[in-house]
Parts: sequence; structure tokens; C-alpha cells
Amino acid sequence: MNKVLMQGNKIIGEAAIRAGCRFYAGYPITPQNEIPEYMAERLREVEGGVFIQSESEVAAIHMVIGASAAGARSMTSSSSPGISLKQEGISSLAACELPAVIVNMMRGGPGLGNISPSQGDYFQATRGGGHGDYRIIVLGPDSAQELADLTMDAFDLADRYRTPVMILADGMMGQMMEPVIFKTPKPRAYPESFIMKGAGAGKSKIIRGLILDPLDMEEHNWTLDRKYQVIARKETRHELFKADDAELILVAYGTGARIAKGAIKRLREQGLRAGLFRPITLWPFPTNELRDLAKKIENFLVFEMSTGQMVEDVRLAIQGRARIGFHGRPGGVVPTPVELTNVVMRKYDRKEGIIDHY
Amino acid sequence: MMVKTIFSGFGGQGVLMMGYSLAHGAMSAGYHVTFLPAYGAEVRGGTANCTVAVSDDEIASPIASEPNNIVVLNTPSLYAFQNRVAPGGALFLNSSIIAVESSRHDVRIFKIPSSEMAEKLGNPRTANTVMMGAFLKITGLVPPDIYLSSMATVMGSKKKSVIEINRKAFAAGHEFLKIAE
Repeated sequence: MNKVLMQGNKIIGEAAIRAGCRFYAGYPITPQNEIPEYMAERLREVEGGVFIQSESEVAAIHMVIGASAAGARSMTSSSSPGISLKQEGISSLAACELPAVIVNMMRGGPGLGNISPSQGDYFQATRGGGHGDYRIIVLGPDSAQELADLTMDAFDLADRYRTPVMILADGMMGQMMEPVIFKTPKPRAYPESFIMKGAGAGKSKIIRGLILDPLDMEEHNWTLDRKYQVIARKETRHELFKADDAELILVAYGTGARIAKGAIKRLREQGLRAGLFRPITLWPFPTNELRDLAKKIENFLVFEMSTGQMVEDVRLAIQGRARIGFHGRPGGVVPTPVELTNVVMRKYDRKEGIIDHY
Repeated sequence: MMVKTIFSGFGGQGVLMMGYSLAHGAMSAGYHVTFLPAYGAEVRGGTANCTVAVSDDEIASPIASEPNNIVVLNTPSLYAFQNRVAPGGALFLNSSIIAVESSRHDVRIFKIPSSEMAEKLGNPRTANTVMMGAFLKITGLVPPDIYLSSMATVMGSKKKSVIEINRKAFAAGHEFLKIAE
């Protein structure tokens, strides 16, 4: 296989094209502009490719709804403020059970914030984001290779469960270049019967999120919920790093997990056996896997580039079985592995365990 | 082994190209590598910079708070980055443009009149490649033949003559420090 050096945003574009994405709509925003730039060029070269720079983020996500209903593998991308604008459409995708891939290259917030890497959109992504009772699958890549692999997987998951899937990364993942090998994507398995292409002489089909009868809507909600339960049971992914002999586990995802890995190497040089639990699916969160780890490990430290969002899922998973500490750098600050090393040394005591336990 | 280098200069001096070609060369030489461009709200004529990390192990952070080397093509970049370099690290200065002295005395300083050298070779735009010749001569991060083949790859569709003059520029930079030492 051919190893190439590519920028994160372009890797997502290339992986999407290879996975068969033939429709992209988006509106520019830093730090993800290379995604629409790349898609504009590549969708011209592939058969049936359509690229639209829409008039707004709201328009882009609704174009994705249309393209998805018509059977195209569809994608849109943005960064934090733009993703907020897309929430109405993401809620509709969930309600209509339409597959789509949404990329969020997070930047500092709230509000317009700044253009630096951040992890402040975890709550929004993992709790659905828009209105109504729904969840979306959220994938948190931490390397160029995972950007490629998870983008391809995102299209398969979206089709399999007919649900929107979000790639949740940040400005650093989008801007950084790293070597990558593109795997061969699986052929698409999406039943023709789901696709709106004109009823002809047959029966008409309706895809809609407006269900006025409360009892029907309740049933629709439970149907969706049963689907989410299947996803939660079957699709959680996580990575363990140096966890076998660990006395302390750091929990981090995406860019935060890279920094944590650097810190763990330094901590081990100083004689502290630290390891990492890295959720790859942020929803469904690998709750059971983390809970199992808490059976033998008493101290956990959550690190996020936010004021503390994923830490709530960690607490829900561990349910008081272990001590949980937290270190956060919100607002677009990317701390160094050295900083995190120092923080761990300060917050963890061999005898007492995590000192500022929640 | 972990070596982090910041490349910096005016937008248009080929700063990102230096980092990109080094990253590609290091990847071809079998290293783990990251390349991170500064993507702030930059202004025309302002500074451009990028950070390259080369390691024989996984790279945690692509950011360099304490780089081993800096390669600076203009004076504002020297001021911006000289104090970040780790003690014992190296500064590579384009002495055609940078007339001031570095304030650091605990690092190795290499002055290369790369703009003048590039002009002599017939293409002032190859000053960045002259710097790369000198940089790789001292750091030995990537063997010259691997670097040159990566340089040709990342230049992609550019004319053969462009690649040829860059090869000459690289050789000139590589030779320069041998003579100077």
C-alpha cells in the first residue's frame, strides 16, 4: 500500500471520495476550509460527483438531506459555529432516518470564539445536538490514519443504521500533515428500496420528520431508541495504551489523547505507571469497557481541551468505583505533554491517589 | 530520537515548502513525522511558519514549545522564535536578509547568505532550498538523496528545470557549510 503525506482535512476529503461520497455541500469556515477546497476539485473528477458551495450552513445540511434521500453518499463539514447552525438539519436527518456524514473540526468557543483547536463541542455532538430525542454516532480520530479509516467507516455506519454520523476532530487534526495509507473501502450495501427515485407505477414513498399524531410520534421515538440501543451494544470502540500494569489511567480522546500519550511516556520515565483509555466512539461511549477497567484500577484522570465535558461520561461509567481527577484547557489552548505530565504529578499521590477527586 | 524544527519567514519565501519537503523526506526515510502549518489569521506580507517533528517513535504533539532547531529567513522570525530554541539547539539564519545578531549564546548559529547564493544560481526563489542544504548538512536528519527525491515529489508537476535548479541550490547550501567550517 502507498503511504502518502497529507493534511488532515484533505485526508477526510480523499477518504470520503474513495468511500463513494458523491455529494458535498458546505460553507467556508476556518480551520476546515481545505475540505470543501479538496471536494470541489475531486468531485469534478469522479462520475456523478456534485459539489455545492451553499449560501449558508443551514442550506448545506438541507442539501445533504435531499441528496441522501435521493441515494447519494453525502457529506458536509464545518467548524464549531457552523455546526451549531446545522443542528436543525441534523435533527431532521435523524428523524427521517437518512444516512449522512458530518465533519466538525472544532475550534475555540463559545460564540464565534477563535480558530484554534478545541474540544468544546463534545456535549453538543454526543447528546444529539439539535432538538428532539435522538443520538448520532460520533467518531473521535486521533491521527491522520484514523481520519482516513474512520471517515470511510462513517459512511458504512451511516448506511447500516440510516443515521447521521459525525467525525469530531479539531483544528489541529485538520491542519496537521501526517503519513497515511488509504484502506480499500467496502462496497456499499444500501438497499435500493430506501432510495427516493420516483415511484413510477409503484406505490409512493414518504420520508418525513413531521408526525403530528403523538402516539405515532411516540412509536417513532421508541423505534429510533431501539436502533440507538443496538448501536450502543455493537459499535463502541476504544483504545488502551500501556494500561496493563497501570496504577493510573488517563482518559482522553482525539488531540487530547495524543498529548496524553506523550505525557504517559514521560510519567513512566519518572517511575509512575500511567496508561491511557481512549474512546474512539464518543457516542456510543465505551461505558462498559471503562467500568471494567475501574474494577482493577482506582485512579483516573480525565484530560480534555474544554472545561470538562467527557468527564461526565467517565463519571457515569465509573459510578463512584474509582477516584476521578480532571485537567482541562478550554478556549483553543493546546497544552504540551510536559504540562500534562506536571499536572498528573501534582494531582496524583501514590498513597492518597487522585487528590482533587470529584 | 525526537527532533522538532520551526521554519519561519515572510509569506512567499517558501517556508511551508521547506517544512513539507523535510516531512516528506523524513517519512521516506522511515521516520514518524508530523507537519503543522501556522494557520492563524495571517496578513499578506506577514510571517509564515510551520513546525516539523521527526521521530523514531509515535509523535504525541506536533507543536514545538521548545524546538531543537529553527530555520529563519527574515528578521521578524528570528525575534519571534530564537528564545524558544532548546539550549544546545541550532539556529539557521538567512544572513542575506538578517543583519542583526541573535541574542542566544547557548545554541549553535549557522549563517547562510541564502538569498545571495540563490540569486547567483539564477533563481532567487531557491533561497529556501539553499537553507535546506545547509540544514540537512548539519542535522543529518534525512540523507540528501532521499530528501532530493522527496523535494521532486512534493514539487509535483513543476517543470524539470525548476527541480534542477533546486538541486543545485541544495548542493550549494550543503557545500557552503563545509567550506565555512
